[in-house]
Amino acid sequence: MSERTTARDEILGRIRAALDGVEAGYDVPPAPRIAPLADVVAHFAERVADYRAVVERCSAADLADRVAAALPGGARVVVPPGLGVEVPGATVDDGLSAAELDGYDAVVTEARVGIAETGTIVLDHGPGQGRRAITLVPDLHVCVVRADQVVADVPDALPLLDPGRPHTWISGPSATSDIELDRVEGVHGPRTLVVLLVQ
Amino acid sequence: MSGMRVALMVTCINDAIYPDTGRAVVTLLRRLGVEVDFPPAQTCCAQPMVNTGYLDEAVPVVRTFVDAFAGYDAVVTPSGSCAGSARHQHSIVARRSGDAGLVTAVSELAPRVHELSEFLVDVLGVTDVGAYYPHTVTYHPTCHSLRMLGVGDRPRQLLDHVRGLTLVELPKAEECCGFGGTFAVKNADTSIAMGTDKARHVRETGAEVVVAGDNSCLTHIGGVLSRQRAGVRTVHLAEILAATE
Amino acid sequence: MSGTFVGMPKFPVAARAALGDAQLRHNLAHATATIRAKRQRLVDEVNANCDWEALRLAGAGVKESALRSLDEHLVRLEETLTANGATVHWARDAAEANAIVATVARRHGVDEVVKVKSMVTQEIGLNEALAAEGIAAWETDLAELIVQLGDDLPSHILVPAIHRNRAEIREIFLAEMGRAGRPAPAGLTDEPRVLAAAARAHLREKFLRAKVAVSGANFAVAETGTLVVVESEGNGRMCLTLPEVLVSVVGIEKVVSTWDQLDPMLRLLPRSSTGERMNPYTSTWSGVTPGDGPQEVHVVLLDNGRTNALADEVGRQALRCIRCSACLNVCPVYERVGGHAYGSVYPGPIGAILNPLLKGVGQDKQTDSLPYASSLCGACFEVCPVRIDIPSVLVDLRAQVVDAHRGGVPSAEALAFKGAAVALSDARKLGLGERLAGPGLRLARRAGVIPGLSRWASARDLPPGPRESFRAWWKRTDGGRDE
Repeated sequence: MSERTTARDEILGRIRAALDGVEAGYDVPPAPRIAPLADVVAHFAERVADYRAVVERCSAADLADRVAAALPGGARVVVPPGLGVEVPGATVDDGLSAAELDGYDAVVTEARVGIAETGTIVLDHGPGQGRRAITLVPDLHVCVVRADQVVADVPDALPLLDPGRPHTWISGPSATSDIELDRVEGVHGPRTLVVLLVQ
Repeated sequence: MSGMRVALMVTCINDAIYPDTGRAVVTLLRRLGVEVDFPPAQTCCAQPMVNTGYLDEAVPVVRTFVDAFAGYDAVVTPSGSCAGSARHQHSIVARRSGDAGLVTAVSELAPRVHELSEFLVDVLGVTDVGAYYPHTVTYHPTCHSLRMLGVGDRPRQLLDHVRGLTLVELPKAEECCGFGGTFAVKNADTSIAMGTDKARHVRETGAEVVVAGDNSCLTHIGGVLSRQRAGVRTVHLAEILAATE
Repeated sequence: MSGTFVGMPKFPVAARAALGDAQLRHNLAHATATIRAKRQRLVDEVNANCDWEALRLAGAGVKESALRSLDEHLVRLEETLTANGATVHWARDAAEANAIVATVARRHGVDEVVKVKSMVTQEIGLNEALAAEGIAAWETDLAELIVQLGDDLPSHILVPAIHRNRAEIREIFLAEMGRAGRPAPAGLTDEPRVLAAAARAHLREKFLRAKVAVSGANFAVAETGTLVVVESEGNGRMCLTLPEVLVSVVGIEKVVSTWDQLDPMLRLLPRSSTGERMNPYTSTWSGVTPGDGPQEVHVVLLDNGRTNALADEVGRQALRCIRCSACLNVCPVYERVGGHAYGSVYPGPIGAILNPLLKGVGQDKQTDSLPYASSLCGACFEVCPVRIDIPSVLVDLRAQVVDAHRGGVPSAEALAFKGAAVALSDARKLGLGERLAGPGLRLARRAGVIPGLSRWASARDLPPGPRESFRAWWKRTDGGRDE
């Protein structure tokens, strides 16, 4: 018997012994929902801004201009394959190494879902969002969220996500409160998050 | 309340050290038309044993408790902590005893045990007990009445109706005073640190009197205040409610 | 202080030392008050458009239901993880888990790994075990970095350097960063923003070159083979994304049944923990994703005493814990003595129950002292997002400690309680004792100190003794009718 089998069987055996006589069935009470929001998209914008992210609302026609305006002049920009907006001069990621990504100042992506109550953007790293690394290493993340992608709360978002994919839930720029509980925005992830909310 | 048999569970600490609190409960309830019995077989709720881990030692004490109060419709006690012990811990001790009769007796008695403010507000339905107490008072909600029993604002409702009384808010009122039974000696340094902070908050209010529903907590708070010669008295809620012009 | 908890003194002794440290008490009071207020604001906000108590009940239910058929959930998790391309390992104890991680690291020929903040890898002493194999384990969470560089011990689950203030952190960075890699910049100030920037620069070179990362997990979803890490700084994402190899050490109690059950957990955890509606970053991954992130993924399922806790009828609920640390922040004992006094990576109220449950009682005095490190005020239970009734578990563990010491020579305390049991079982005997209480107290007050009461009387006066017990008054006056 291999080491692994021994440990596995022993742990499972201990669990079964520990639970001997304990009823297995347990009804999980349903998690309560929040009261309906008057304006889900406005709520989302407000809550994202609460994290000191930049939130701008725009029309689809204005999007390319607003993306360009969000990027500082001369910024080296990386974008994922399949991005639905034109970013002139940007490099399309084709498997850049971490060190190469470190040479970029900004990244522009789309998202999968926006969660209004918590001000959260969820990426599932599909087309238009790209590999996890590209939204992590550059210091500025410009994220395009369509109004019809915004849901009210966490329980509305989970069923829309495919658990087989990796996900990154983003709620404002990276932050720490490790020094005297004093919040500092921007540690390792992008220090600036710009959300373009497209009507 | 006619025909209701009510027993006073005075608690061991009040019996031995704070008899005035027990007398105040008798005076107060008599004024409200409730004649209480004092079953003389009562001793202690066994909380000191249970909370220190001596369950076997708690068994005969809980048995004595159950025997003393059997047959009463209501048991009223001027202690949130002792009421909590009877309501929430006696079942543990009874299970430990392996005596099915004790388990049943405890489960029948436990819901009939009321802390004083619960008894007044919930059972008697009064918040104005006709008291007069012309002093500035601050109220410390004790942990077990607050979090184990959930007495909520009942003591506040009662104090609000006391004529002459000025109630001042205690900063960080809901924080533990640091008594904690044997915690006060097993972890004396931490207990004293907590008690010192509580005493500081009491002094900050400028109140003449700090009131609570538990004399064990007041022994601790009062012990610190006395050592500091703070000039603030500790008085049990029952004694304020019993006071008249 | 060196970076291990082994051989710590009993809680009261460690607490006394901590209470004497004015700076520590100031840091703790400030930090816990801040975080308590943040949490409370959010709980109030939830109650304005939802129901926090119902959310807690749901959270407790998700974890409880997973625990009650833990064997089935773990077997399922192993299947789904394996199907997703991960390699699943099982470890009975710390040594086995450490050996598994070391073997993976050695196979890739690395002499360093980067780490996501993880309680479980601290519990098993992974960094020390890897160091013994010549492998450096770099902590990348800012607070863990402060602790590691300072050769210190964590004192809080969420903010392990809560006992350090900004000036101390600046000194640690200036003195130690250069020895571990990129030095702190000249002119480093003690502004949190500047200190965080120094950490960013120091750690970035480590992230970019690391081949192997080690993480824990906040949740493991059995149905889908998904691990979840909740974090703030982005160091977690760096470790989970950039290296080629990822090893996650996961306590067996981290499992939840389904993907959808991440709600309510993801609504409860950040609000209870950092006092935020949502933490900045949450990563989920299900084994290997071709072309994205680590292409070799290991998961180590760890027991290390969890099955002991599971076997404890009352204590089992402690395995619901999601390590939010809300109980630490509201605990009046923790606020005054800090985390080190608990002698474990799990401090505070949850540590006072989890350590004895994992290790068992009756074996060492330090562990046996933990269930007594509480005034039983109940504030911890009130805030726990998964409704762990910590006071009841504490009381039960105290009974287990006492029971473990029955049979030998009884202690003075045991004799006192045996005596009390006799006196309190018979009101006639009690009445006799009470006649001595009044004079006894009056004597003690006059004499100042009497043996056994010295610990009480060091800072607290005794109450005056009454002339007459209540019982005697009742008898003398017929319940006041003859007065």
